[in-house]
Amino acid sequence: MKSLRLLTTSLAIATAMSTAAFAQTELTMWYHGAGSTVERDLINTIISDFNGSQSDWTVTLQEFPQAAYNDSVVAAAVAGNLPDIIDVDGPVMPNWAWAGYMQPLQLSEGALDGFLPGAIGKYNGEVYSVGLWDAAIAMYARRSTLEKFDIRIPTLDEPWTREEFDEILATLKESGEFEYPLNLGMADQGEWYPYAFGPFLWSFGGDMVDRSSYQTAEGALNGDAAIEFGEWWQSLFTNEYAPGTSQDMADHETGFIDGDYALQWNGNWVAVNTLNALGDDVLFLPAPDFGTGPKIGGASWQFGVSATSEHPEGASAFIEFALQPEYLAAFSDGIGLIPATAEAAAMTENYKEGGPLEVFYGLSEAQATLRPVTPGYVFQALEFRKALSDIANGADVVDALDAATDAINDDIARNNNYATAQ
Amino acid sequence: MAAVTSPNQNLKTSLKYLLLILVALVFVFPIVFMVVSSFKPDAQLLRDTSSFNAFLPVGDVSLDNYFAAFERAPVGLFVFNSILVTAITVIGSLFLCSMAAFAFAFLEFRGKSIVLSIIIATLIVPFETIAVPMLMVVNALPWLGSDGITWGWLNTYHVQIVPFLADALTIFLFVQFFRDLPKELIEAARLDGASWFQVYSLVIVPISGPVFATAAILKFLAMYNQYLWPLMVTQSEQYRPVMVGLQYFFQLNTAWGEVMAYLSMITLPVLAFYLFLQRAFITSIASTGIKG
Repeated sequence: MKSLRLLTTSLAIATAMSTAAFAQTELTMWYHGAGSTVERDLINTIISDFNGSQSDWTVTLQEFPQAAYNDSVVAAAVAGNLPDIIDVDGPVMPNWAWAGYMQPLQLSEGALDGFLPGAIGKYNGEVYSVGLWDAAIAMYARRSTLEKFDIRIPTLDEPWTREEFDEILATLKESGEFEYPLNLGMADQGEWYPYAFGPFLWSFGGDMVDRSSYQTAEGALNGDAAIEFGEWWQSLFTNEYAPGTSQDMADHETGFIDGDYALQWNGNWVAVNTLNALGDDVLFLPAPDFGTGPKIGGASWQFGVSATSEHPEGASAFIEFALQPEYLAAFSDGIGLIPATAEAAAMTENYKEGGPLEVFYGLSEAQATLRPVTPGYVFQALEFRKALSDIANGADVVDALDAATDAINDDIARNNNYATAQ
Repeated sequence: MAAVTSPNQNLKTSLKYLLLILVALVFVFPIVFMVVSSFKPDAQLLRDTSSFNAFLPVGDVSLDNYFAAFERAPVGLFVFNSILVTAITVIGSLFLCSMAAFAFAFLEFRGKSIVLSIIIATLIVPFETIAVPMLMVVNALPWLGSDGITWGWLNTYHVQIVPFLADALTIFLFVQFFRDLPKELIEAARLDGASWFQVYSLVIVPISGPVFATAAILKFLAMYNQYLWPLMVTQSEQYRPVMVGLQYFFQLNTAWGEVMAYLSMITLPVLAFYLFLQRAFITSIASTGIKG
C-alpha cells in the first residue's frame, strides 16, 4: 500500500512538472539584426536567460536583415501573421502603431525610470516601444587640426555658433590642406538624411512638419527659418565645403581618417574604428547651434508588442526582462551604441566615466531630439531627403521646400490627417 | 590564290579588335573588381578603389572574407534554396510555357488571339503592383503535403515556385519561335499519325533548342535574382534565397570584403549556368540547321 502511495505521489509530481514544462506558452520574436553575429549572441543570451527565469513563457527568435526588416513586417501585417514581439526603428513606431501593427506595452510602474528620452517610444500618450540603446551623432575633428588653425574646441554648454562654424569651414577651405573641410556622408540616401540633417533644420527653427498639430508642413518646412536653413545648406556645396551627393562611399568611410576631410558629421557607431585609427587626437564635438540650440537626432531600434499578439503580457514581460542594466551594457559593449541608462553606461567599457565614448552619452542626454512623432513621418522623411538632395544639387531652395511641403500636406490629407481609429 | 590584305585593312581589323577588347573590359572589370576585392581586408579594399590596384590581387590577400561570410550568414543554405527554387521553376516554366505556346502557335480554338493578347498584356503590369494582392492570395491557399492539407503557403519553397511557373514573356518567346518553324514538319508528322503531344515532344521540342536555351537563361536570371517576393513570403531563414541573404552583410559598418566574397560565391552558379546553356544554344543551332 505504501509503495502504491509512493508511486501515485511520484506520478503526480512528475505529471505536475511535465505540465509546468508544457505550460510554457511560446512567444515569437522578430529582430532586425540578422548578419550580426554579435547581436545574435546577445539577443540569444537574453532569450535564454528569460526562458530559464520563469515557467510561463518561452521566446523563440527569427532574425531578419535590417535592410529588409520593415518590408517583412509590413508584409506580415498584411498576411496577418505578425509575431508577438517585434523591434522597430524609433521614428517608424508611430506609423506602425497608427496602422494597427502594434499595441502599447504593459510595463511595471517605474520600469523606464532613468532611461534616455530617445530610448522611449511614446505615441498618443502611451509607450509602444523601448530601446536598450540610443545612437548619437557628433562632429568628428582632430585636436591637432583645430589647434593648428586656432579653432576653439566647443563644449555642450558652449557649442559653435552658426557664424563661428561658417568661419571655421571657410578657414579650413582656404588652407588648401583638405579635399573638403566637412564630410556629411551625402552618398547615404537612406534614413541618414532626416536623422543626421534634420537636426540642422530644427536648430535653424524649422521642421519637417508643424509639431503643434502634425496636420501641416506649411510654415515649418517652407517658412523663413527653413528657407534660411536651405540657403545655408546649399552654400555648403556651392562653396565646396562638403562633397555632394555623388560622393564615393569609400571616400566617406576613409576620408576623415586619411586626412582628406577636416571635420566629419557622423554617428557613434564609427567612433571606435576612428579612435583605433587616430587615437587621442580625435574629438567628438557637439552639434553647432544654428539659432535655437544645438540638436541631434534621437531614437534608435526599440522593442514593442504586435497588435495581434495573443499574449501581450508575456511579450511585455520579456521586454521588461531585457531592460536590465547588464543587458543594456552588454549590447553597448557589443555593438558600440549608447546604453539607455546611466547605470548601464557606468558598466560599459566605452561609456563609463572617463571612457573613450562617454561624451556621446552626454550628447544624447543634452541634445537628442526626436524626429516628428507622427505616422506621417515615414513619408515626410522621404520628402525631406529629396528636397535636401535637390538643394545640394543646385535646385531653387524655395521651390524645393515648397514642393516638399505640398507633398507632405497632400499625404496628410490623403491619410485622413492620420487620425487614429477609435 | 592567297588572300591579299592591304595595310588599311589590317589597321581596320586592329582597331575593330581594340574596340571590342575595350567593350569586353567594361563588362569584365566589375567582375574582376568583385573577385579581387573579396580577398582583401576592408581598409585595403577601400584604399585601392582610387587606383588600378582595385583590379589586382595585391597587398594583404587572403580567404578571410570567405570564412567571415560563412560565419555571418548560412551562405550554403541560401545558395541551395536559390538553386532549388530556380531549377524547379525554370524546368516547370519551360514545360508549361512551351506547351501553352504550342497551342497558341499550332492549334485552332475560339478566342485564341484574345487570350494570347491578354497574356501578353500582363507584361506591362509591374510585379510590385500585384505583390500585395498575391501575398494575400497565397496566404489563403491550401496545400497538400506530407502533413495533409495545410492553409497558407508562407515559409515554403512552393510559394516561391508556383506563382512563377508561367509568365507572359516566356510564352511570348516560345510563340514567336514556333510561328517561324516550317509548317511542313508538323503537317508531315500529323499525316504520319502523330498526336499533338507527339508532335510537340518529338518534333517541335528537339528543334527548338535556341528558344529553350534563351527562355531558360532569362527565367534563371529572373528567378535567381528574386528579392521582393521571397522577402515577403519567407519569414523563416530556412527558406530564404541568396538575394535576401545579401542583406545580412549590410550593417552599420558594412564589411565590404565580405560583401564581395558573398557576391563572388553567389555569382558562380549564374556564370556556370550561362556558360552551360551558351554551349547548348550554339550546338542546337548547328544541329538543327535552323537559324533565326
